[in-house]
Amino acid sequence: MSEIAPIVLNVNGAARHTTALGGDTLLTVIRDQLLLTGAKRGCNQGVCGACTVLVDGRPVRACLSLAGDCQDRRIETIEGLGDRPVMRALQQAFVAAAAFQCGFCTPGMLVAAFALLADSRLPSEADVRRALSGNLCRCTGYKKIVEAVLRAAHALADEAVA
Amino acid sequence: MTQSVVGVVGLAAPQLEAAEKVDGSARFIADLNRPGMLYGAVLQSPHAHARILSYDVSRALAIAGVRAVVTGDDVQTNWRMGAFIKDEHALAKGKVRYVGEAVAAIAADSEAVAREAAAAINVVYEELPAALSPHAALKPDAAVIHEELANYIKVFDTGSAGNLCSRTSFREGDIEQGWRDSDLIFEAHYLTQAQAHVSLEPCGALAEIDANGRITLWSANQSVFRVQANVCESLGLPMSRLRCLTPRIGAGFGNKMEPHVQPLAVLLAMKARRPVKLVLSREQDFEMVRARHPFDIRVKTGVKRDGTLVAREVEVLLDGGAFADDSPGVLGYALLMSCGPYRIPHAHCHGRLAYTNKMRFGAFRGFGVPQITFATETQLDEIADALAIDPIELRLKNLKRQGDRWLGGQPIASCGLNECIERVRTASGWNGGRHRAGSAGSRRALGMACSAHISGLLSTGAIIRLLEDGSVLLNTGAVDIGQGSNTVLSQLCAEALRVPLDRVSIASPDTDGSPYNWGTTASRVTYMTGISVLGAAAEVERKIKEHAAEILECSAQDLELVPGGFVAVKGIPHRRVGFAAVSGRAHWAAGGPIIGSHSWVFDQKTVDPKRASVVGLPFPQIGAFVFNAIVVDVEIDETTGKSRVERAWSACDVGRAINPQMVEGQIEGAFVQGLGFALFEEMVWNGPQIANPTLMDYKIPTFIEAPSELYAIIVESNDPGGPFGAKSVGEIGINGVAAAIANAVNAAVGVRLRRLPLTSERVLEAMLASEQK
Ligand code: FES
Ligand code: FES
Repeated sequence: MSEIAPIVLNVNGAARHTTALGGDTLLTVIRDQLLLTGAKRGCNQGVCGACTVLVDGRPVRACLSLAGDCQDRRIETIEGLGDRPVMRALQQAFVAAAAFQCGFCTPGMLVAAFALLADSRLPSEADVRRALSGNLCRCTGYKKIVEAVLRAAHALADEAVA
Repeated sequence: MTQSVVGVVGLAAPQLEAAEKVDGSARFIADLNRPGMLYGAVLQSPHAHARILSYDVSRALAIAGVRAVVTGDDVQTNWRMGAFIKDEHALAKGKVRYVGEAVAAIAADSEAVAREAAAAINVVYEELPAALSPHAALKPDAAVIHEELANYIKVFDTGSAGNLCSRTSFREGDIEQGWRDSDLIFEAHYLTQAQAHVSLEPCGALAEIDANGRITLWSANQSVFRVQANVCESLGLPMSRLRCLTPRIGAGFGNKMEPHVQPLAVLLAMKARRPVKLVLSREQDFEMVRARHPFDIRVKTGVKRDGTLVAREVEVLLDGGAFADDSPGVLGYALLMSCGPYRIPHAHCHGRLAYTNKMRFGAFRGFGVPQITFATETQLDEIADALAIDPIELRLKNLKRQGDRWLGGQPIASCGLNECIERVRTASGWNGGRHRAGSAGSRRALGMACSAHISGLLSTGAIIRLLEDGSVLLNTGAVDIGQGSNTVLSQLCAEALRVPLDRVSIASPDTDGSPYNWGTTASRVTYMTGISVLGAAAEVERKIKEHAAEILECSAQDLELVPGGFVAVKGIPHRRVGFAAVSGRAHWAAGGPIIGSHSWVFDQKTVDPKRASVVGLPFPQIGAFVFNAIVVDVEIDETTGKSRVERAWSACDVGRAINPQMVEGQIEGAFVQGLGFALFEEMVWNGPQIANPTLMDYKIPTFIEAPSELYAIIVESNDPGGPFGAKSVGEIGINGVAAAIANAVNAAVGVRLRRLPLTSERVLEAMLASEQK
């Protein structure tokens, strides 16, 4: 087994000094070392999207990224995005539209949707479905998630106009 | 009670857990940690069937950081668990019976060390011949999977023998007379596949022992009480020594109803004397837990030329896998539902369940009905075609109505199926013709199916306490697996006591303090637990009025609860007293704290012996029927055979929607899970081994396959026995999906596939074959 080594991660705006094995993924370190358990392990294989976090503003599967490679990158998790207007609008819309049931997919879904809305202010329904197609949900049938993302996009657009 | 006074029933209230679920703070099993906690890992069997000759754990124990190892030697032979047949140890003992079965487990300082140590355990096996299909298992010369079967404890007359796990038969009317009375007889054979639950959260458990030797166990579960029973049966513990709790659950769909790694986590914690968390990987979750049964189905239906159904025979053979689990229930229930919601005077529905050397199959949303419905509802379309009757008209002609009796003889208290059918017929524009213009190179048509389900069985309770400040604490023991039952039960409680929803808090299920609840399964929580909530609330109301009568110096009969947490003299709303004053009096002056409780067991008999004769009935009391009609609009690509559901309408008679938005969520989610079952989800075995135990290889529907035009339609028949008229919605929406899609595919491209899933390859092959004819 590889050796435990100290690493520094910039997570949610703070430098976090921690340790990792050489093969440890970003998901393992943020969940087990930093106790940021919002990102979920649904497959550990890059398929389900439940572990989605932002690295330098881009959505990334934390289960596929090596923690060591993420030093000097800006990492943002669901826990750190809550005071951003886009995330707040998404969270409100998810609640209003009942866009979750068990909620296990939700943090990853929200982070992926956050990245989408950061890129395109008023996505179409097809845009939303395409952008989130790498995030699985077994509960909702997806319809209410799409509704929530579109609702948030419109709320943000209305705010921008007002 | 049916009227909503304060408007909490019928309200689309957000989940009580909404805030924690969107800010990432909701804690699921993998998110829990305890001081001094160790991590568990499992060694799985490489063989489908083998005798365990010896274990060598010395290399594993020599690894730094390893704290405990457990094997089959740590459990006694007579410690067996099981819902219907007690046939399963906490981990393999003496024999392994499927590839992937837990053979040993490790507790260590880290997950990595635990996994390394598990791999270092050496087990010597003597391989035995394996039975990998029910047909092979039931051959007289097949290797016997459970030599001790005759001695196992069984909870009903299973008829077990050899590798026959159980058998069930329903007879009503006179089937031979039925065939004689029929003008035409249709018979066909159908196959359905194994479907994986894929709850997004893999199974896991965390066990801790206190200084007194009492154990606390958190786990991904659908019933803290089933966890308690299973762990104690499999580890020889008195139930009073084990306390089961629940974190948030990342959905269940049946997968977490019966045990997975809870007994192993407890065994490791007892041996290590430290808390142990054991969470399965996604692959292990595919390989070690349970899945939807593959069904082999023969359906024979006799009809009059005018479309009147006369006789139905259904024969099924189920692959149960290595342990009985919920399988005998699935067999019995599937047969109970195999005449569908139709009047068929002569019926014989019978089947067998075989042990095989595969992972156990068990409860999965629909509980056998999606499989049976695929067969029976596609056959109805074939009958409609042959008789040149519109498929909807054929169904309407034979529909059961309120007051009719279900197969077995139980009366139907409420039935909104007729309205479900009319709603989907109108919404889909069915009467305008089933064929639609598809995009270039494709064909498109509508298909439909109906189905039914139940809402009531087994036992449940509720306790409501009025706290000193007049706030209300509800405790039911029902695990919210993500569907929103905490919210719905709180809504019922708030409505009954006429307080705002935020005045009610709901206790987390706890086997130490909650009333018994069999589980969040069988679509039963709203109906069963809802009735208990109303019963407990009625007792609280009565006690509140007794106190208020003293305070207001009037008779309790002259009082009523008024919205907002007050009790007032009828017609004189200002002569009132608040719940806080009442509760204060109860706590400090007279009568004692106000507690209301209720518990009950569903006691409507499944079978009326004067009407039906039944052998091997796993559920003697089950009922409160719900209904569904689905229309789908499916487009098939003529060059690839790929089917795409463009639009879907699913109307469910749920009795009464306590929270309409959550009801829609259940209908939509069930539809899409059914779409995966219909079109592409399939667990594949390569010999004894599951070939696709990853999400890379086992695909579930994504945003792309799920139709954007998915319309959940709520029909409310207001069941006279249900809480505010409610019945259920958890499973009904999945039952008819595969049949409706298959019927649409047939209407569009003229091929009748009797095997699921309807993959592109199969549809294309059938299209090519039919062109050659
Ligand atoms: S856990 Fe990372 S994609 Fe599934
Ligand atoms: S809400 Fe359960 S997986 Fe999406």
